Amino acid sequence: MAALIEIERLTKRFAGFTAVDDVSFSVERGEVLGFLGPNGAGKSTTMRMLAGFMPPTFGTARICGADVVDQPVAAKRHLGFLPEGAPTYPEMTVTGFLAFTGRIRGFRGSELADRTAHAMALTQLEGVRLQPIETLSKGFKRRVGLAQALLHDPPVLVLDEPTDGLDPNQKHEVRDLIRRMAPEKAIVISTHILEEVGAVCTRAIIIARGKVVVDAPPSVLEEQGSTLDEVFRRLTLGQEAA
Amino acid sequence: MRPALIVARRELAAYFATPVATVFIVIFLVLAGALTFTLGNFFGRGQADLIPFFSFVPWLFLFLVPALTMRLWAEERRLGTIELLLTLPLPQWQAVLGKFLAAWAFCGIALALTFPLWITVNILGSPDNGVILSGYVGCLLVAGAYLALGAAVSALTRNQVIAFVLAVALCFIFAAAGSPVVTEFLDTRLPVLAEIARSLSVAERFGGFTRGIIAVRDLIYFASFIGFFLFVNAVVLDHRKAD
Repeated sequence: MAALIEIERLTKRFAGFTAVDDVSFSVERGEVLGFLGPNGAGKSTTMRMLAGFMPPTFGTARICGADVVDQPVAAKRHLGFLPEGAPTYPEMTVTGFLAFTGRIRGFRGSELADRTAHAMALTQLEGVRLQPIETLSKGFKRRVGLAQALLHDPPVLVLDEPTDGLDPNQKHEVRDLIRRMAPEKAIVISTHILEEVGAVCTRAIIIARGKVVVDAPPSVLEEQGSTLDEVFRRLTLGQEAA
Repeated sequence: MRPALIVARRELAAYFATPVATVFIVIFLVLAGALTFTLGNFFGRGQADLIPFFSFVPWLFLFLVPALTMRLWAEERRLGTIELLLTLPLPQWQAVLGKFLAAWAFCGIALALTFPLWITVNILGSPDNGVILSGYVGCLLVAGAYLALGAAVSALTRNQVIAFVLAVALCFIFAAAGSPVVTEFLDTRLPVLAEIARSLSVAERFGGFTRGIIAVRDLIYFASFIGFFLFVNAVVLDHRKAD
């Protein structure tokens, strides 16, 4: 069976610099890919192209076989995407917001209500379901974004810093959730918390200056140095010195 | 159409969840009323019609509609929700259409709230209500034209002040194109352009509606005006999503 996420030679140039440079990888069902790199390395740009938000300058990205540029709606139907910073509409209530994204995804009536309730249960949002999102703390807002991405139980999940702003308990819960969903899905998470990679990922890609510098399971990475931290620093700083 | 209507419903609710709706509607009603009764000489004319009211509406919309549209895409960019909205499985033009429909419905609500004027003329005399209805249809179409133009401009820049000023200026060009100042100037120098200016003018087209004439060519004019700028909006959005 073909991989759920296929990225081939993906490149994004902005005026004057190349944010993502010839990146290729694929993610199969059951894999959790940790996407690592210093700030500005091109993580979010790659994810935005994969989610069909930004058109690539060159190269292709496919989700469940659907090209994100040629068949954008089909590709997005199979995708749950948490954009950077987990943006939400501040004046809406949690239920209202989730119902809105659910309706756009074509759910109605009791199915919509069930899916909204289920997504809130997965992310522990029931307690604040009728609160406007702007009144919530950062951790809750992040989980609203996560609930939106899980609502339709997509085969592909792309999560840009899913645990940013969460407290240690909430981080633990989100990682548990990701691990539980992992067998049925292809998941990409970006992070710069290295312990997270060891905790949930089956594979890690380190990207620096838009290029993939490492693609290996976390255990292999750890063998290259005393800690993941050290390996990360050596790989990404070495790139800059070159 | 369904996704566009879902987006429109969310947008419309958002207007009323913030003070934007109240401020817009109150200012519109106060200005429309004040201008009709003072400059428009509503009572002194001694005629039972809404001509004084209708003559001011396009000029009020000239400033109020860009105030409504300037935040349309800029706000989505500021919050980052544009990334969320455009990665949901809906064709992009449906998002553009949805936002436009919400703003248009909102203008419709503001117009509908001027009903006391209509009641007043009906108490004071016996106006031709058909003409009044056609005038309202004209107002709504002018609002739609300005909205489509303003929305396209707001997709162009993330700065709301620039979006407002640019939209007012562009709307003004279309509003004033048919005015005697412009057409007489062009008539003496470039008669061809004068004809084009007259046929492109929003105010010129609107005039027919206030006299009770709903001409097919005027409807086609407004439909293509709105359609063209919604198309521009979608194209601009496609190219400038991330800035």
